[in-house]
Amino acid sequence: MGDSILTYNGGCVLAMAGDNCVAIAADRRFGVQQTTIGTDTTRIFKINDRLMLGLTGLRTDVTTLYNRFVQRLNLYRLREEREIKPASFANMVASTLYSRRFSPYFVEPVVAGLTEKGEPYLCAQDLLGAPLFAEDFVVSGTCAESLYGTSETFWKPNLSPAELFEVTSQSLLAAVDRDCLSGWGAIVHMITLNGIETKVLKARMD
Amino acid sequence: MWKESSVVATMASLQRPDFMPYQNNGGTVVAIGGEDYCIVSATTRLGLGFAIPTRNVCRYSILNNRVVLATAGMFADTATLHKVIKARVKIYEEQQDKPFGLHSAAQLLSNTLYYRRFFPYYTFNVLGGLDEDGQGFVYGFDAIGSGEKVKVVCNGTGQALIQPILDNQVEKKQQYENKQITKLSLQEAVDLIKDVFTSAGERDIYTGDAIDICIITKEKGVLVETFQLKQD
Amino acid sequence: MSQFNGADGGFQFDLLERNERLKEKGYQVPVARKTGTTIVGLVFRDGVVLGADTRATSDTTVFDKNCEKIHYIAPNIYCCGAGTAADTENTTALVSSQLELHRLNSGRESRVTTALTLLKRMLFRYQGYVSAALVLGGVDFYGPHLYTVYPHGSTDRLPFVTMGSGSLAAMSVFESKYMDDMSREEAEKLVYEAISAGIYNDLGSGGNVDLCVITRGQTEYLRGYAKENERKFRKPQGYSFPIGTTSILSSRFERSFVPTPFVSDPENSSTMAVD
Repeated sequence: MGDSILTYNGGCVLAMAGDNCVAIAADRRFGVQQTTIGTDTTRIFKINDRLMLGLTGLRTDVTTLYNRFVQRLNLYRLREEREIKPASFANMVASTLYSRRFSPYFVEPVVAGLTEKGEPYLCAQDLLGAPLFAEDFVVSGTCAESLYGTSETFWKPNLSPAELFEVTSQSLLAAVDRDCLSGWGAIVHMITLNGIETKVLKARMD
Repeated sequence: MWKESSVVATMASLQRPDFMPYQNNGGTVVAIGGEDYCIVSATTRLGLGFAIPTRNVCRYSILNNRVVLATAGMFADTATLHKVIKARVKIYEEQQDKPFGLHSAAQLLSNTLYYRRFFPYYTFNVLGGLDEDGQGFVYGFDAIGSGEKVKVVCNGTGQALIQPILDNQVEKKQQYENKQITKLSLQEAVDLIKDVFTSAGERDIYTGDAIDICIITKEKGVLVETFQLKQD
Repeated sequence: MSQFNGADGGFQFDLLERNERLKEKGYQVPVARKTGTTIVGLVFRDGVVLGADTRATSDTTVFDKNCEKIHYIAPNIYCCGAGTAADTENTTALVSSQLELHRLNSGRESRVTTALTLLKRMLFRYQGYVSAALVLGGVDFYGPHLYTVYPHGSTDRLPFVTMGSGSLAAMSVFESKYMDDMSREEAEKLVYEAISAGIYNDLGSGGNVDLCVITRGQTEYLRGYAKENERKFRKPQGYSFPIGTTSILSSRFERSFVPTPFVSDPENSSTMAVD
């Protein structure tokens, strides 16, 4: 790891599925290697009322890619006169990344949302856009391993939105506290059929 | 008659394979110190690249009836280190006619590791046991002997997966208000260890097959239990 | 539209210069997710059996415990993929779509050799940089066919094949037990044994056994043929995080304005009180 460009700015994203709800959470650090520059970073973006996108990796690529997706989504809405489905959006992300197969964007995206039927949809991808679908949780970022450890242990099926919020928050906080490139605050978005509830968590700021 | 320069040239053209003194055999070790017990556990899989040379190695050593050492990293170094430490403990106990204490063992281990500062044992150690009062403590070390006395520690290839779970469950580190730390009972601690290793076994390819769990209590000394993990 | 999104098919190289410069500066090039894999194929009396494990790894971490490595090519042709996950996924999808169009144009069933040619042409064109190692199998007008395709575009045609990091473990099973003219049951069992050898003896492979049995006019995708590696243990008392465990600094709610069509469970509709 060490000097990989994917870990240059730090940061992580975790998304978990519950009963008719999904949670997507991220830390708030923006750093340049070991130096922390900002503690109010947004790396989870709202796509529509039931769909969000998390992007970790090189910050410049996170920003660029998000703007490209906004543009393509606007064109999609004009043409289709409807909101994009999670699976279609995941394909949009994957094909954008794979088109740069030989000169990639250095990001690892997480797509989280609810399908038409209100079922959770989770998709994580690597920097070339290889999709990974999960029914439990997906992770990405500098502390992916630790997030796997905590999520694998704490997650269980059929969590209610309130329970899911606690499991997601604790899994994220425990993991970022052991990673010096992530942390400095955390944010959790709960996506339910009613809407999106966003909570800023109290966290260690070191 | 050889000219010196031609000898040098011949020497330079000789190919010598790179000296590769280390290999990573994986493995994870966890130790928890409780009020009146200590648990030291280690995986039994020996990994090498993508292969599993054996599924049943012993990564721990019982130094005496209240101190256990467990080691992840390179297995050849583990075996040598354990041999050295056990010999030193035995000599001490024979000469002094008293048991080797936990904190002394930690110092001995630290010195032994730092003695090889520039050609280290490729080992990641945890040392657990009961102190003079019968209270459980554990030590975690890096490869060159820097260590810390703590209540709970994990080392090895599963460290990144397991350590945050232990922080969260044993010390409740992510609960900032109304924190209630209940002391884990021995049974709860054993269950927690089984669970975190099962989790790590799901995601770390070098953690698997089985774990040895050494339970150290004042009354019963060291009891060893084996718990099966996945074989894939 | 392509002038807006820059994506009109084919690979793009606009970030190449920047990325090369980063490499020169000493930043490591990130690794893509690989499928350290066991994939196999076997010809039997009436068709072919394809098999795969379900583990996807990045370095020593398992990223996906139950991924699909047997990809759809055509109704009568499937393809197992090993190598870089993104490459196997996209290469097979591309060829699959070309064959679909070809079927719509010609009105005929796809032939395995057509799929093979499309795959090897594509891989050869990219000189091995598209790192997909494939096992292609299917049954067409001429009967059952089984091929391997290497990342550089070379191919083999054999009665039993293995690929991926677990290929040696799997091949040792095939070499000791393969017979000509096996029944479907024998073939399924042998492929299961070969994949299991990879799952248990190769650290890059693991999880479940997926099979795909293709016979004339029929394809059976047996996802999760064997599930011997489900999680065995959970702490009896579980983990509880009572509501309020996590401290919150601020909270805001954005109501959804998507109409609510999606009541899957009418009894649970109280959670969806949107006008």
